[in-house]
Amino acid sequence: MLFLPFFEQLADTPWSVGLHESEIAYSVIESIHVWSLCLFFGLAVMFDLRLLGWTMRKVPVSEFSHRLLPWTVAGFVILVISGTLLFYAIPLRSYQNIFFRSKMILLLLAGLNVWIFHSRVYPGVTKWDLDAVPPRAARVAGALSLALWIGVVVSGRMIAYNWFDCDRQPQPAIINFLTSCEPAEDH
Amino acid sequence: MSLLPFFQWCYQSGLGVTIRTSTWAFPVIEAFHLLGFGLTAGAVLVVNLRLLGVGLSRQPVAQLSAAVKPWLIGGVTLMFISGIPLFLSESIKCYYSFAFWVKMTSLFLVLLFTFTVQRQAIKAGLTSNRPLLGRLTALISLGLWSGVAWGGRWIGFS
Repeated sequence: MLFLPFFEQLADTPWSVGLHESEIAYSVIESIHVWSLCLFFGLAVMFDLRLLGWTMRKVPVSEFSHRLLPWTVAGFVILVISGTLLFYAIPLRSYQNIFFRSKMILLLLAGLNVWIFHSRVYPGVTKWDLDAVPPRAARVAGALSLALWIGVVVSGRMIAYNWFDCDRQPQPAIINFLTSCEPAEDH
Repeated sequence: MSLLPFFQWCYQSGLGVTIRTSTWAFPVIEAFHLLGFGLTAGAVLVVNLRLLGVGLSRQPVAQLSAAVKPWLIGGVTLMFISGIPLFLSESIKCYYSFAFWVKMTSLFLVLLFTFTVQRQAIKAGLTSNRPLLGRLTALISLGLWSGVAWGGRWIGFS
């Protein structure tokens, strides 16, 4: 409720309107978002598969982390910047989009998983660096990461579809609740 | 000879019609298509960043390439299995889409390049003796895969 007026105002700012109405700018930012997604998601998946012991079993986990994590972080930074611009172009509709919301929740959970892995599991890596199949805690983190990032990508792709959008009524009450939508009574 | 009749035939196919008339089919298949591409990108990046000297530099290229090969093939297979139905559902749009032809040309070239030139170069150990050659093959591969990604995204904008 608090955010709604803020995003309404944001949608009226000249830059937001400009981005929204410029087909070229929006498409180029969207393409950069997909391109950096490949960089981030591709390498994150490979790291998760290594943690699960499903690929590159002879590569030390620490070497993978040391040499490829910077690329993953770079991909993530470009994703966040391009993603913020995409949101800024269509703030109100995105905020009330059910897939955008599920994406943000999954993103938060994926971030939490990354934090737990790097603060609890990874510090002991020297004990299992060369294990073909890392210990259970690392495998669980890898599997969770894989599932959560797939969820983020799929939710993100679905934001484009307006099946549950606020301006498409009637919707079930649960959908309107989940999207903070209050349809006008006279419709 | 024009390919248009073939594209029209694809458009009329049972699978194409089913996907086109369904609300959910296209988006769901499209999501798998994107995941397949992400997996492919991961396998491709591990090898190419290594060849560029900015990845897993302590690992032998041939060994890395062999280790990620099942995932590369898995990713490409998922892309094809999901991409063909997507194509059937909007083949006429694709025929007139410049982005579609950029994507298909890049895809054809990159698959050919990866499984012939680059593979042979890695197998023969050419990339370890001549790092510049390895870097060149990596840049060609990454450039062509970027063409696939951009083309794929832009089909949706036309």
